Amino acid sequence: MDNAAIVGVAQTKYERRKKDQIFADMVFDVTRAALDDAGLGIGDIDSVVTVSNDFFDGRTISGMAVGDACGGEDKNISTVSGDGTFGAFYGLMRVLSGYKATIVVAHYKGSEGSVPITTNGMFDPIFHRHLGLDAISSAAIQANVYMTRYGIREEDMAQVSVKNHGNAKNNPFAQLPMDITVADVMKSRKIAEPLKLLDCCPISDGAAAIIIANEEIAAKGTKKPVWIKGVAHCCEEYFLGDRDLANPVALRDAAKRAYAMAGIKDPVAEIDVAEVLEPFSYMEPLWLEGLGFCKPGEGGQLIGKGMTTMGGKLPVNPSGGALSANPILVAGLARLIEAALQVRGEAGARQVKNADTALAHGFNGPCGQSHCVWIVSGKK
Amino acid sequence: MAEWLKNVEPLTLKGQIAVPYTWWVGETGSRFLISLRDDQKILGTRCKACGTVYVPPRKNCGRCFVDIDEWVDVADEGVIEGYTIVHYAYPVQPVKPPFAYVLIKLDGTDVGFLHLIKNDLGRIKNGLRVKAKFKGERTGSILDIDSFELI
Ligand SMILES: [Zn+2]
Repeated sequence: MDNAAIVGVAQTKYERRKKDQIFADMVFDVTRAALDDAGLGIGDIDSVVTVSNDFFDGRTISGMAVGDACGGEDKNISTVSGDGTFGAFYGLMRVLSGYKATIVVAHYKGSEGSVPITTNGMFDPIFHRHLGLDAISSAAIQANVYMTRYGIREEDMAQVSVKNHGNAKNNPFAQLPMDITVADVMKSRKIAEPLKLLDCCPISDGAAAIIIANEEIAAKGTKKPVWIKGVAHCCEEYFLGDRDLANPVALRDAAKRAYAMAGIKDPVAEIDVAEVLEPFSYMEPLWLEGLGFCKPGEGGQLIGKGMTTMGGKLPVNPSGGALSANPILVAGLARLIEAALQVRGEAGARQVKNADTALAHGFNGPCGQSHCVWIVSGKK
Repeated sequence: MAEWLKNVEPLTLKGQIAVPYTWWVGETGSRFLISLRDDQKILGTRCKACGTVYVPPRKNCGRCFVDIDEWVDVADEGVIEGYTIVHYAYPVQPVKPPFAYVLIKLDGTDVGFLHLIKNDLGRIKNGLRVKAKFKGERTGSILDIDSFELI
């Protein structure tokens, strides 16, 4: 793979409701801020990828509505209707195929639609949609299968929420920085067993942007380039019943390919920090298993062992993760942005010391049907 | 945020998108749904290449990338492989919470079948056996199976 780098990043603060900004306002702000961050002008950008979903936005071809706001006029613009990590993947492909610099911008306003009705729409309309499944209830089935398989306790999952809401206190962009205890999570309202309110992400509004560039533009930028060392995505079966929900095989495959591309043989030893997309607490340990950071069934013990906490061997979600803000689609791009900030040494109070190699992860579809894994580094 | 906005509730506009669709359920889906409606029988299909029995039936095997043309009768009983008890309500749910979603391995099949349990929620456990209860009036829908009940 030719060298390509993340040269500029920007996020809005994530909030329950952004009452002062429409989609285009948020997109314009993060586009402008990502260019400023990179030290580039809109004239340096020759390709645009927007990330949005028509069902969520309530309009057809939703990317069209933000083209002006992200400098898309007179440029090659197209839209990824999926998680931001997949949008960034497309942005990278464009740079590798000859464009100099792609801006990838994602937007979402959970405050304006209905998350359960919209996520019900991701299920097959013949066999499953009429059952009323949505993102939360399907995730709850996965949590049940995973926790039953390995005898994982709800308290172990609650620790993820405690850790990530605590980490969010160091992230000025996070929506829900909170000091909570395992007991608080355990006594929070039952949503879909075993998930309780504090096991679940909030509804969020926000936008994020990232600029991926070739070496020529990277040299022109003002910030330390964050080099893309490895990236891969992989998909598994659509019907939940066809999958082993406790074994994220698509993630295993994506991780294996991304590690191979990045030359990583021992992920725990060679990766300094990870940002994974965990809108539900159980997802963090399950994805860490899929990423090969521990054996199957051992993900729930990592916090107790101190491995994934801020001072641990492999801090996971120093930003507070999706549990602390989940603008859907934007949330994966936020993971990649956080990984880039860590590598640049610009993550502020959430900075992991001497972080040089970072992993970012996002997924699409119910219970993580497809996963995208990124490895980024300060070294070319 | 502009100063003046802090003190007012900004204007919002209500909207609703209700688009009618008429989805063809397909040759395989038709046979499955008609069997639920007319015979109260659950049908699956078996992939000749890998032997997997799919329910709901599939016309192709994504794993082997081949056509499937063998139909099999599937039991209306099976084992719970995963579940959740739902405590929140929203308009698309077919029943009032609390109720359960279950993944059931029906006897003679190799994949999980997603459906509902409405009663005995406190007794649900993975590994327990359940049996399908059909509706009296059936229309050719996945909800012609009213729900599953613990045996
Ligand atoms: Zn097969």
